[in-house]
Amino acid sequence: MSLDLQNPKLVEKKFKVIGSRVPRPDGIDKVTGRARYGADFTMPGQLIGLVLRSPHAHAKIEKIDTSKAEKLSGVKAVITSADLPDLTKGDRMMLDLLENSMARGKALYDGHAVAAVAAIDLPTARKALKLIEVKYKLLPHVTDVDEALMPDAPIVHPHIITEGISSAPMKPTNWNKACEYGHGDVDAGFKEADHIFSRSFKTEQSHQGYIEPHSVSASVSPDGTAEMWVCTQGHFVYRNQCAQLLGMDASKLRVTSSEIGGGFGGKTHLWAEPLALALSRKANRPVKLTMTRDEVFRATGPTSSTSIDVKIGVKKDGTITAAFAELRYQSGCFPGNWAEVGAMTAFACYDLKNVKTIGKDVITNRPKTAAYRAPSAPMAAFAVENVIDEAAKAIGMNPVDFRIKNAAHQGTKSSYGPVYGPIGIGPTLEAAKNHPHMKAPLGKNQGRGMACGFWFNFGGQTCVDLNVTPDGKVTVAQGTVDVGGSRASIAMAVAEEMGINYEDVRSVIPDTSALGHNDMTDGSRGTFSTSMAAIYAARNAITVLRERAAKTWDIPLDEVEWKDGAAHAKGAGHGNRTPLSLADLARKAGRTGGPIAGHAETVADNAGVSFATHIADIEVDPETGRSQIKRYTVIQDAGKAMHPSYVEGQYQGGAAQGIGWALNEEYVYGKDGRLQNAGFLDYRIPVCSDLPFIDTQILEIPNPNHPYGVRGVGETSIVPPLAAVSIAMTNATGVRQTHLPMSPPRVLKSLKGKK
Amino acid sequence: MQFAQPSSVKEAVTLLVKEKGNSYILAGGTDLLVKMKSGSVEPDLIVDIKGIKGLGEIKKTASGFLIGAAVPCAALAENAALAKAWPGVVEGASLIGSKQVQGRCTIAGNLCNASPAADSVPALIAAGAKAVVVGPKATRKMAIEDVAIGVGRNALKKGEIISGIELPKKLPRSGDAYLRFIPRTEMDIAVVSCAINLTLDAKGAITKARVVLGAVAITALLVKGAAKAIIGSKLDAATLDKLAAVCSAACKPIDDKRGTKEFRVEVAGVLARRVAKIAYARAGGKI
Amino acid sequence: MGVHVHTTVNGDAVEFACGEGEVLLDVLRNRLGLTGAKEGCGTGDCGACSVMLDGRLVCSCLVLGAEVGGKKIETIEGMADGMKLHPLQQAFIDHAALQCGVCTPGFLIAAKALLAKKPDPTEEEIRFGLAGNLCRCTGYDKIVRAVQHAAKEMRG
Repeated sequence: MSLDLQNPKLVEKKFKVIGSRVPRPDGIDKVTGRARYGADFTMPGQLIGLVLRSPHAHAKIEKIDTSKAEKLSGVKAVITSADLPDLTKGDRMMLDLLENSMARGKALYDGHAVAAVAAIDLPTARKALKLIEVKYKLLPHVTDVDEALMPDAPIVHPHIITEGISSAPMKPTNWNKACEYGHGDVDAGFKEADHIFSRSFKTEQSHQGYIEPHSVSASVSPDGTAEMWVCTQGHFVYRNQCAQLLGMDASKLRVTSSEIGGGFGGKTHLWAEPLALALSRKANRPVKLTMTRDEVFRATGPTSSTSIDVKIGVKKDGTITAAFAELRYQSGCFPGNWAEVGAMTAFACYDLKNVKTIGKDVITNRPKTAAYRAPSAPMAAFAVENVIDEAAKAIGMNPVDFRIKNAAHQGTKSSYGPVYGPIGIGPTLEAAKNHPHMKAPLGKNQGRGMACGFWFNFGGQTCVDLNVTPDGKVTVAQGTVDVGGSRASIAMAVAEEMGINYEDVRSVIPDTSALGHNDMTDGSRGTFSTSMAAIYAARNAITVLRERAAKTWDIPLDEVEWKDGAAHAKGAGHGNRTPLSLADLARKAGRTGGPIAGHAETVADNAGVSFATHIADIEVDPETGRSQIKRYTVIQDAGKAMHPSYVEGQYQGGAAQGIGWALNEEYVYGKDGRLQNAGFLDYRIPVCSDLPFIDTQILEIPNPNHPYGVRGVGETSIVPPLAAVSIAMTNATGVRQTHLPMSPPRVLKSLKGKK
Repeated sequence: MQFAQPSSVKEAVTLLVKEKGNSYILAGGTDLLVKMKSGSVEPDLIVDIKGIKGLGEIKKTASGFLIGAAVPCAALAENAALAKAWPGVVEGASLIGSKQVQGRCTIAGNLCNASPAADSVPALIAAGAKAVVVGPKATRKMAIEDVAIGVGRNALKKGEIISGIELPKKLPRSGDAYLRFIPRTEMDIAVVSCAINLTLDAKGAITKARVVLGAVAITALLVKGAAKAIIGSKLDAATLDKLAAVCSAACKPIDDKRGTKEFRVEVAGVLARRVAKIAYARAGGKI
Repeated sequence: MGVHVHTTVNGDAVEFACGEGEVLLDVLRNRLGLTGAKEGCGTGDCGACSVMLDGRLVCSCLVLGAEVGGKKIETIEGMADGMKLHPLQQAFIDHAALQCGVCTPGFLIAAKALLAKKPDPTEEEIRFGLAGNLCRCTGYDKIVRAVQHAAKEMRG
């Protein structure tokens, strides 16, 4: 069955800069050690901040005595929640953020902050922490998502009752939210089916694993102004939230985002930043607070661990007649909506008449979860794709063909509601089917798996400020933090629009005082929305440039066109006017109306959903359960790849994270509810020798809602790997793998179970 | 905290004897500094032995090799004679941590740190190596298997320091090997490990054997029953089965974040078979 | 009380005072202003703090400042020859072998150490030689390719 390959007019546009592999502007700084990350900043007179954290999973804090710490020579401030009054005016989400950054009467997880100090140096700060006396009363704890739903589970928050269910709940619970998505009639659909496949899956908790620990330098002045240097994916959001929590005017808090050493969603939330500000305010000196790796694992925002049930009904010819899933996700100790997102994405790749997903968001005594690259989608895809694989095998159909038959396309009503425009799932499946990887022979103890994945991609608020310098070059100031090289793509977009050289565009990310609000770099929106705003800003600047040329020539504006980096007089009688270049107009700017600039403040919408198909080959040692990825291919739709190297990099990086999550990464909790592997030694992310080269194929089905057809690309690549790798493992071992990660002990046990 | 850099073993010993508080020897520092960072140790005195003449050398002697206590593990692999005579020992030492860690860590430190999963220890035991222990009153030699006595605890008395590790001369028709099980390809602490040292007769039958398991008990285990099971054989299939069974039975493992008891028991047997085959081939045996 | 240390960093004579228990990484970053080496973990598990110490690749978080008297230290800041980038540095830029870039200084030091010992490494040797350096952004693909390319160029 052939699919419509979407082919809007944009595909034919010939680009001069877009699509080339230019060097990134921050490359030299990053290869020479000059680039400054969160912890690379120093403020004169700064103190070192350090946080005291609960060693208990769940405990009432009966008393905190900080007097001895305060008396220690060299200690300039000690804070507890008493120094962070509730100024949220009933905003529960913000109060949860405040409480997560420092406990308010109850420690809710191992690692929960209970106090903090600022001292003249690190050894003094460490001594001070030891002098703080905390009296805890231990409470029963719960860390597993299914256990937290049991009737006798310890309740984490007495004020939480389930939101979103029809019967009015009365008792406090750990189940904070219920949701349902879908359409049609699944009961009828299952009745129509020739075969029904039903399975349950579990995924353990993983962390984004960025190499740079969080670091913030904060300086609060007695007049209420403050500065913060911090590694973050969203300095505007951090500014707004910190200001609110500390009772400051947002406009008086100037936040500069440092270069960021990885985030993947984990640096979109506040962690210790309010504490640094509170310490600085109390000590009346700048405070630098850097987390240790142990703190990063224990007290920032890993992703949810999950428990998922999937049921699919199919006809003999491979048509899916009904699809159902119940997804239970734990969000740590504060409410989240992660199960809801999982419920939305679970069946998004497919064109289904009858589909229903139920999401249950659950609270546990674990750190508050944060987004991790296409949050919630990878786990849902793991569960769904495995049952799809099982169904295809059972009816004897090629797994790719099975998916092609049921794939969503333009006009499909998605399982989460909206109707799709032109999308890439079909093309990625066709490309996978024809990819040489699919035909490569497999060796002994090797298995191959393929899987699809989906992500929404987001737009959001974006500001770009474009200024033409007197020497005729361009500076583009953007508010979205550059996490992986996007500032190069933004410079490319401006160069393309203005018809000038890439090297003449300087792409920078200024502090919060210089631009209007910008949403975070998340949701794969960085390049998508910033390039859109940059294009609009460039077009606005071009209008100004044309006006200046019109003024210079004393001709009407509509007789001036901008082409190849210069203003041209068009129309009868103007033909022999020498074009005015950007440099010419810039030089004259003072006499024609002043500095030349272009702005855009937008809410970029319609980032374009993106689909991917991955193929994984794995080799298993049947005597030990140990496995190694032998070959991996990512096929994903990018809309239009502004800079192919960076798009490839996103594909490879997401795949590598997914592989680690599938094979070895998990939070290990003891019976005491304490995290046992809060370090890179035992939280095992892939090392260089664990992976092969990761092949990529970029498809371009343009997004009609972006001037160049760009779609978000950063996240989708982490969605299929859990499924592709587990299906490959299933094929290599002959046993369906349902519990991630597939660590050697789990795999070996499953093999023994088979016998 | 005091930091001392003595220039002789005698001076180091004196410093350790005199110190009333917590004293630690610093060779590679790859365990000590990690413990200091976590706060699990708070030294009053650190004695850096890297400045002591002779401790940084690998000496080939008539009776074998003497590896100074300050020799970084990377240097072991760089010593051609040592790598040729004791490839199993060098393998174990070359697997500790990463290239960066191997540039600093030492086998003496690895031994004294007494982790049950120490990578360099099983092969040293299998080789019959000895630690040269210098104390305030006397110098003694200890079999490597007697040094670690529990998790993180060693048998050295106050004021004693290992100045070097002696490897015996390699016997003809001998071979040693070391394998460890880790989930990734590098960087992990061994979940299970095994070292075997074999000597064969002219016909290829095993005449001497030492079989050692790591990470399956509170210290490395010298499994005498495993040696008995293979002596006299040419490692036929039945013998290998017996070897695996004896090794699995000898384990006294725990469940922890790196592996379960049952996993360790099973894989100990699997590794023993594989290591035996490698050691046998290195000794000139043909299966 | 502290220790007073004379050493050489990137060819320059340097002296500093530090605490007895202070690690070289903190000395470089906080006392010498050389923030190229990064603390990713502080326990030798990530390689982001990699430097050369007397010609050996080490994690500077596992070396005390007090130990480096009279020794030669090389950090990322000394890798380029003035304005001229080292072939490895150029290759990392050309082959997009960095995304966030925080692991890059450590990788460059480790790659240089690897190529000094093995000027013509196989893919496997590169991967195992760099196994002590964690990267979370790239999946290592373009890093390995950049090292292969630089190795070829350096062999002439």
